[in-house]
Amino acid sequence: MVKLKVKDVEFSYASVPILKDVCIELATSEMLSVVGPNGAGKSTLLRCIDRILKPQRGSILLDEREIKEMSRMELAKKMGYIPQSSAQVFPATVFDTVLMGRRPHVGWRSSEKDMKKVLETLQMLNIKSFAMRDINELSGGQQQKVFIARALTQEPDVLLLDEPTSNLDIKHQLEVMDIIKNIVREKGIAAIMAIHDLNLASRYADRIIMMNGGEIFDAGDAASVLTPENIKHVYDVEVEVPNHSGRPYIVPIRPVR
Amino acid sequence: MSAVEKVVESTETGSKVEEDYKRFIGRKIFFITFLLFLIVLLLGIGVTLGPIKYSILEVYTTILHRFFPNHFDVPALATTIIWNIRLPRILFGIVAGVGLAIAGCVLQGILRNPLASPYTLGIAHGAGFGASIAIIFGAGFAGGQYLIIGNAFIFSLIPAFFIFGLALYKRATPETMILAGIAMMYLFSAAITLVQYFAAPEAVKAVVFWMVGDLGRAAWSKLSPMSIVLACCIPIVILKAWDLNVMSAGDESAKSLGVNVERIRIFVLMLASLLISAIVCFTGAIGFIGLVAPHIARMVIGGDNRFLIPASGLVGAVMLVVADIAAMQIMAPVILPVGVLTAFMGVPLFIYLIIRRKREFW
Repeated sequence: MVKLKVKDVEFSYASVPILKDVCIELATSEMLSVVGPNGAGKSTLLRCIDRILKPQRGSILLDEREIKEMSRMELAKKMGYIPQSSAQVFPATVFDTVLMGRRPHVGWRSSEKDMKKVLETLQMLNIKSFAMRDINELSGGQQQKVFIARALTQEPDVLLLDEPTSNLDIKHQLEVMDIIKNIVREKGIAAIMAIHDLNLASRYADRIIMMNGGEIFDAGDAASVLTPENIKHVYDVEVEVPNHSGRPYIVPIRPVR
Repeated sequence: MSAVEKVVESTETGSKVEEDYKRFIGRKIFFITFLLFLIVLLLGIGVTLGPIKYSILEVYTTILHRFFPNHFDVPALATTIIWNIRLPRILFGIVAGVGLAIAGCVLQGILRNPLASPYTLGIAHGAGFGASIAIIFGAGFAGGQYLIIGNAFIFSLIPAFFIFGLALYKRATPETMILAGIAMMYLFSAAITLVQYFAAPEAVKAVVFWMVGDLGRAAWSKLSPMSIVLACCIPIVILKAWDLNVMSAGDESAKSLGVNVERIRIFVLMLASLLISAIVCFTGAIGFIGLVAPHIARMVIGGDNRFLIPASGLVGAVMLVVADIAAMQIMAPVILPVGVLTAFMGVPLFIYLIIRRKREFW
């Protein structure tokens, strides 16, 4: 079932085009990875989909409804966004941060039900032990889990992740990706993830979109997108792509000079 | 560990987190209640202090006399001093302290900047310029006792409106707003200097005194307009506490959580400006409270604006009333302007709190 449909989306910052004619379809329980070099437009695409930025052209349909015509609150009930890093200046406990995810659903007072939702999510991500700590004291991996928890208490149908593993060590990378994968499966959420690590994309994504210069260069399953030719063209890097338990595994050789 | 034990353990930690969280909320409510008591206590002590000594009994019979006129025998002078001078002065301090601190608190929140204060936006300098014109040239929008106040109020709104205009025209990012505010500050301080340059020495002195900030101009007639503005603005900003909380996580996250960031920022900024203008035009620019009171409250109860906004206001009221009592007592019978004392007393306290904290930031 098509959950999200991105059609001919164009976006430019002060007439510098960032996205050109981007079209994507996303089904429930699908995990889509967006890869591409720096400046390819991955983050911009996610921001357009969550209406943090407004595309100049094209349409984005969530359950066949234009997101432009939805209120921010309505959209927040259906779509969660996980930023790359924290912009928190003032103190906030992990609990309160996760409780923010209930914002689209609550009035001024948070109810017992909201508290329970927060506790459930903390439990699920195994971050209960630091529920009362300040978010700024946590490590990058822990913070990332808190943001995932916040987005999950939002109870969205679509989850957008901007480089969820960029600041993490290898164990946290795998943990965070496993969590996301499980949620997508169990809750029937559709996820789009901008990611730099091609091997993680290959290992976890159901489908991969490769972007270059604001356009979709190629799309499909890992084996068909992550080819030496594509990577050489888009990244200017020569790679070998051996097969590792059914998935392409990217071994970089040298940059093309 | 068996699966059953694991489940038991996990529900136990679950209820523990819940307990911790409820205790945390309890602590915030306790802090707010404690401040309320402290203010009532300070009000009670404050009215008994002054250059003319009255016993505590005399002070309270004078106050009760206003409510039950036929039961007490009170000299007219005591009524004048206690009811018309001391009581409005302390209430003035409470209202001004609450308003400045809450304005500072929400400005720090929406601008996501710990350095933001009621004066970051140039509002005090606008007010100062308006007052200067009234004092030096005797020209203004209103006459009589409202000459200076009216001018200060109208001119204090100019920087605020400039910033709204800019925010509506360009995108309302915190950085644009702060920079525009600082530009306004410099513009108006230059304008103040310019009019002072052509003024008589006595008038310059009057302007300087006005700028320092003082509660000496307190009166019942001035208390009510200030209180009405407070009573209108504060409930609205407290209602917006959730949005402010969410905005503290950054504009992108706030938008993704359903908050219309630009609109809330302009709206709260307008309320805060109105609060500040309504106070500053009566008291002059009392510094420091609006910057520090929110930080002190934040150190004690954390960043949840639902509790932080009222707590900041109460901390501000306590600070200003204490500073004013000290301003009257330290060199009695000379009464120092309270604006000087807030900084002299606030800075050591603030530095102590900063050093005591182990974290880089609270």
